[in-house]
Amino acid sequence: MRFVFKRSYDDDIKLFKHKMRAFYYLLLLVLMLSLPLFLDSFFLGEVTYVLIFSIAGMGLMLLTGHTGQVSLGHAAFMALGAYLNVIMLEKGVPFIISLPLAGIITGIVGAIIAFPVLRLHGIYLAIATLAISVLTEDIIVIAEPFTGGVVGLVAPQIDIFGYNIDRYSTPIAFYFLVLFITLFILLIYRNLLRAPLGRAFIAMRDSEISAQAMGVNITKTKMSAFAISCAITGLAGGLLGHFAGAFNHETFNLILSIQLLLMIVIGGLGSIHGAFFGAILVGFLPQIIAMVRDVISNSFGVSSLAIPGIEVGIFAAILVVMILFEPMGIYGRWIKIRTYFELFPFYRKNMFKRQKSYLKTERMK
Amino acid sequence: MDFIQLAISGLAQGCVYGLIALGFVLIYKATEGVNFAQGDFMMMGAFVTIWLTNAEYLGINFWLAVPIAILIMGILGYLLDMLIIRRMFGQPQIALVILTIALGFIIRFAAGAIWTHEPQLLETPFAGKEVRFLGFVLGFEEVAVIIVTLLLTLFLFLFFKKAKLGKAMQAASQNQLAAYYMGIPVKKIQSLVWALAGAVAAVAGILFASKGAVDPSTGLLGIKAFAAAVIGGFGSLPGALIGGLIIGIIEPFAAYALPAGYSQITPYLIMILVLIFRPAGLFSQMHSKKV
Repeated sequence: MRFVFKRSYDDDIKLFKHKMRAFYYLLLLVLMLSLPLFLDSFFLGEVTYVLIFSIAGMGLMLLTGHTGQVSLGHAAFMALGAYLNVIMLEKGVPFIISLPLAGIITGIVGAIIAFPVLRLHGIYLAIATLAISVLTEDIIVIAEPFTGGVVGLVAPQIDIFGYNIDRYSTPIAFYFLVLFITLFILLIYRNLLRAPLGRAFIAMRDSEISAQAMGVNITKTKMSAFAISCAITGLAGGLLGHFAGAFNHETFNLILSIQLLLMIVIGGLGSIHGAFFGAILVGFLPQIIAMVRDVISNSFGVSSLAIPGIEVGIFAAILVVMILFEPMGIYGRWIKIRTYFELFPFYRKNMFKRQKSYLKTERMK
Repeated sequence: MDFIQLAISGLAQGCVYGLIALGFVLIYKATEGVNFAQGDFMMMGAFVTIWLTNAEYLGINFWLAVPIAILIMGILGYLLDMLIIRRMFGQPQIALVILTIALGFIIRFAAGAIWTHEPQLLETPFAGKEVRFLGFVLGFEEVAVIIVTLLLTLFLFLFFKKAKLGKAMQAASQNQLAAYYMGIPVKKIQSLVWALAGAVAAVAGILFASKGAVDPSTGLLGIKAFAAAVIGGFGSLPGALIGGLIIGIIEPFAAYALPAGYSQITPYLIMILVLIFRPAGLFSQMHSKKV
């Protein structure tokens, strides 16, 4: 067990708790940077996909995990980012401007949408955002002159100062681009949580009324949470557009919205790690299931194990088990395992037991 | 003529939405949780009935199959609450939302694995018959849907008004702690509410399957029923039905009057407007939240 002696108030908000931890993250960074050396382009593509989902997950985590506003409609903002990015690219805007701009516009739109939706709490907010997701799908089809309707759009090659990046011809460059953006967002996110705004988010999540009593402007803070969250998600959408190559309204359907939410819940609400863990699970689960299926069918001679939709079924089953037995998600489990080894013989079973909580009613008595 | 027929078919569709929405509201009132799998319950109810009564499966008489299907769905709802949902007590609402979404996926997967993803029709004794009424020619199914919904509503109304169990459910939903003190077994009551929601979903499923083909993704209809529940106000049983009827009636007229693509977004547009201007719904029984 390591004890960190805090000598100043700044120690509370240090980027890394102690030097060892900084070293581990550096190690992870080196690993990520050297990944192209020992992965072929297929698996590199999968890792890129996971990173894109991590960005989207971070966007939603900021809103749901750290601000407590549940959104079931984040695919809509991914769609907005993807379409804005490609439309701007087609108009001749260089990628280096179009992607950030797509993110920023998505953020502004998110803030505008947030304004009327802000009055809603909990379940109603989830339903309203769900409606936004459903509406977006139909609006994309209606707005055919811009979005290509049912046919969709094709993302052109990324061109950064004459250097062409494409998912298929230069997978390594595309991977590094996505990795760079992921790290950039991660740094922003981490710093945001150390800043007054991020702390206001968390205060608001824990109790809106006490946050208000402490001088947090609820409306403004919620709108900024929506704006930042949507901007990040929009960026992820833009990247997903490039990753998919061609996309239409069905790329960003309601299932994607739900998947994003499920992802961060499995990963662990309220932690940045959770967004990554969730994305890793969501990204690699189909591959793992396919591999397991191959192993089973090879060793038992069963030829047709192909039940349609089994990925979704298994994913959902994992989710149910997860929510019932590990409400803190993969990250929560990881913390428990880590504490077990840190305290080795002294870990107690109920160390992380939640305080008894009762159903808070939303009805007036 | 056209107008009346559109209205009747819309009404029939609205009844199905209303019944699914009724399931949402029943559970919401009793447990303050929202069951996102209600649409999938409906689909399951439809498939169970198809499995019982269609000639290619068990081929039981339709009138026998219907109560069995309702019973099966009721038991399923009860078990679901007893085994899974009850463990969630005290956790934030959103955990239940995610759990029920996941359950919905599982139900959809199970239905797809058992009954394939092909659309299937329920074989009813009154398929294809017509009703001639004051010179209108109406499908028998549509009239039956409306009548059954009315009867079910009447039954539920009387159940909550007169029956001891119904009163206990109301008490448990209004104040769990006080109900518990009065000797009402709140946990059991909540499971029974889930059972009731399952049974209502089965009725909705049977009505829906008698009008058109069902496949495992039919459960996504639940989203429209959501809109219905929100329009009616999440805490109001009659509101849910009326919300369903509103959406059911508006849909065919929107499809008739508006260009393609615009009509399907009208239910959600109405819902968002209601959420913005009357967040508690048109027929709300809820009051502002206290600290």
